[in-house]
Amino acid sequence: MAENFHIKKYCHIKNQTISVNGRILFEDGHQDFSVFIKNAYKFLKTTYPKFFKMDNLSKLAFLAADVLLKNENLNEEENNIALIFSNRASSLDTDRKHQAAIENSDEYFPSPAVFVYTLPNICLGEISIKHRLYSENSFFIFDRFNAEHLQLYANSLLRSGKAEKVLCGWVDLDENSYDAFLYLVEKDGEIEHKTEEITRLYNIL
Amino acid sequence: MSELKEELKGKIIEQLNLEDVSVADIADDDALFGDGLGLDSIDALELIVMLDKDYGIRLSDPKEGRKIFESVQVMADYIEEHRTK
Repeated sequence: MAENFHIKKYCHIKNQTISVNGRILFEDGHQDFSVFIKNAYKFLKTTYPKFFKMDNLSKLAFLAADVLLKNENLNEEENNIALIFSNRASSLDTDRKHQAAIENSDEYFPSPAVFVYTLPNICLGEISIKHRLYSENSFFIFDRFNAEHLQLYANSLLRSGKAEKVLCGWVDLDENSYDAFLYLVEKDGEIEHKTEEITRLYNIL
Repeated sequence: MSELKEELKGKIIEQLNLEDVSVADIADDDALFGDGLGLDSIDALELIVMLDKDYGIRLSDPKEGRKIFESVQVMADYIEEHRTK
């Protein structure tokens, strides 16, 4: 019989609010994403100066992942937690900034620090560096949240022993519109890891 | 020269997104890379773009940056000598 897995905890970042397992952890009235996420970073006492060099999509993904992983007693050397993320807007927010820097041939000064974020999966690298994850990671672009795909992929990694845990979810951002929902899947937990539950949790806020 | 050094410190902080670092925190001779401000390779590329954009200096060999970006003092000396704007 196939082994069953569970959702240990989950995090939402949307509407100027960060919540964990449905409970509000941080709230801020700022509509501007850059101000909101900076305030959240300070509130959460996340000491990681490289955070401020990230693009906004990476900041969103990084903070949501950090909220879930920082109390997991992770190994300082290496951790086998796979990452399966997805979104709709890809890295469009940063792509636009890069486009603006190269569209005028007389003022052609593309920023290397912006260019390196013109792929959505860069945020997975930022999370992997911080938490020492040397494990599988994938970033998918979907029209909308696809719980079935995430569930099948996570189960496959866990059943094949390629990962001990999987951090999955959705991190979508375009200018000041953002929506992050990440959840940690492993053996233990109270919520069954099935498509219906994933969809229910995604829509809980 | 003193004005240029202050200007450079401000630009480094702003363009490299150095949170919680102020102009007063950077001494003229502080190392910008390694144990100093801890800048990385992408920061070095940003500084190369800044030299071009703000001072009209184009480095033909990015490796030149290693010496030029040693400190704010060295940067300012180099800019004074080579700037075209």
